Amino acid sequence: MLKIKDLQVSYGGIEAVKGIDIEVPDGSIVTLIGANGAGKSTTLRSIVGLVKTKSGSITYNDEELLGMDTTKIVGKGITLVPEGRHVFPDLTVFENLKIGAYMRKDSLDEDIKNIYGLFPRLEERSWQQAGTLSGGEQQMLAVGRAMMSRPKLLMMDEPSLGLAPLIVKGIFDIIETLNKEGITILLIEQNANMALKIADYAYVLETGKITKQGTGKELLSDESIKEAYLGKSQRKNK
Amino acid sequence: MVVGMTLETFLQQLINGLSIGSLYALIAIGYTMVYGILRLINFAHGDIFMMAAYFTYFGIAVFFLPWYVTFFITIVLTILLGVGIERFAYRPLRDAPKTSLLISAIGVSFLLENLATYLFSGKPQAFPNFPLMTNPINFGSLTVQPVSILIPIVTFFIMIGLLFLINHTKVGMAMRAVSVDYDTAKLMGIKINGVISSTFAIGSGLAAVGAILWCMKYPSVLPLMGVVIGLKCFIAAVIGGIGNVKGAVLGGLILGFSEVLMVAFFPALTGYRDAVAFIILIIILLFLPNGLLGKKQVEKV
Repeated sequence: MLKIKDLQVSYGGIEAVKGIDIEVPDGSIVTLIGANGAGKSTTLRSIVGLVKTKSGSITYNDEELLGMDTTKIVGKGITLVPEGRHVFPDLTVFENLKIGAYMRKDSLDEDIKNIYGLFPRLEERSWQQAGTLSGGEQQMLAVGRAMMSRPKLLMMDEPSLGLAPLIVKGIFDIIETLNKEGITILLIEQNANMALKIADYAYVLETGKITKQGTGKELLSDESIKEAYLGKSQRKNK
Repeated sequence: MVVGMTLETFLQQLINGLSIGSLYALIAIGYTMVYGILRLINFAHGDIFMMAAYFTYFGIAVFFLPWYVTFFITIVLTILLGVGIERFAYRPLRDAPKTSLLISAIGVSFLLENLATYLFSGKPQAFPNFPLMTNPINFGSLTVQPVSILIPIVTFFIMIGLLFLINHTKVGMAMRAVSVDYDTAKLMGIKINGVISSTFAIGSGLAAVGAILWCMKYPSVLPLMGVVIGLKCFIAAVIGGIGNVKGAVLGGLILGFSEVLMVAFFPALTGYRDAVAFIILIIILLFLPNGLLGKKQVEKV
């Protein structure tokens, strides 16, 4: 479905992504794990055209996405739940959901009912401004908003960031549910443990390069990865 | 020195303040909407207003077109001008530092002022009289120009329409989204350029309506007329809380009333009329840095 080949991205002289290859097959959950600054977010933002890339190619159903306008890419059924949620704080919960379906012209009632079914908290707060929601509720809203466009490929950037463990679990359950409904998922996580558990396939990104890849189970049992992750988080804290 | 005045003159002054305040409001809305979406003080806005005044003047006094045709053409041309300015002077600088954008706006402002002086001469042109609008009518002992009543009514309906557009339509929702976050708005499939263009179209259209009404009330057109009016309306937008449409209207009205009433109560201070705006600005910003209806900028982490 989505194929990234030799992608290179640099910001003002710093190479954030140094030639990576990633494949996301139809109907799968693929995850990119890695520490801060490994280039995960940059990769996702390149896919939707929010970042200028240096070289390489990103194809979606054999169509080149690089150089295409973000709105056009989104129109092809790719959507991104950005890091830090980025709900529209002045819009109500309901409006945030509606704006997720900005490109659609058909009726939204069923989708909204569906999302309220998944996240009853959002229905209770339907008329509240999104900026007044808690972090977890905002994350639910960001996921709900992304679903409103009926994506074929849903990308999520650190959906667990800053959330209580119980809510994280809820979000991951939803990700699995969506995947069972046929949505392909590309997930970025620092919470490697959770991500690897649900992933069909995973890539480990380190300073812009893929250092390891394998099925979620393979990587989960890989001692060096566990160690590397502990090591990474300690280095980050310095 | 306070002058005693009758109830009639006081009411008369109130109507005056209301009508000039509404004119300020119409133009202030343009500043506030553009600021809301681009975080740019569109210094050329006052000059867009001036160009609109010339378009009307030419239509009626030079080409002798019927007034309704002239008004229509004026609004269309002004919208094209505003959207064109955004397209050629601001859009190429979208990713540049905000200061560059501001300088570009100042550049456009000077360009329009000098272009107008060159093309239309610096001499004030007399705007033709609209007997229907300017011949005073009497309400009891009150004497009022119909245009002074028309202006607040037009402004009121425009504000209602605009609030409806912003709060209850898809394009309004897109505007509110774009004004907070370009990237996320793009992820929703919103075409940023289209939304920004429509914002400029609305702002310029209102400047055109403002210019037409202004010329009926103050029938003189000159190339630098947009400078002080633009500055005052910008102040009105800041007083009300820049980025907020209701705030712009409120700010415009406050400014209009204060100016007129100061001159009415303290005739000796007439020469300081234009200073009122700045005094109010300073006082309000000292106590409410975000303006009367402005939101505090709080960033949730």
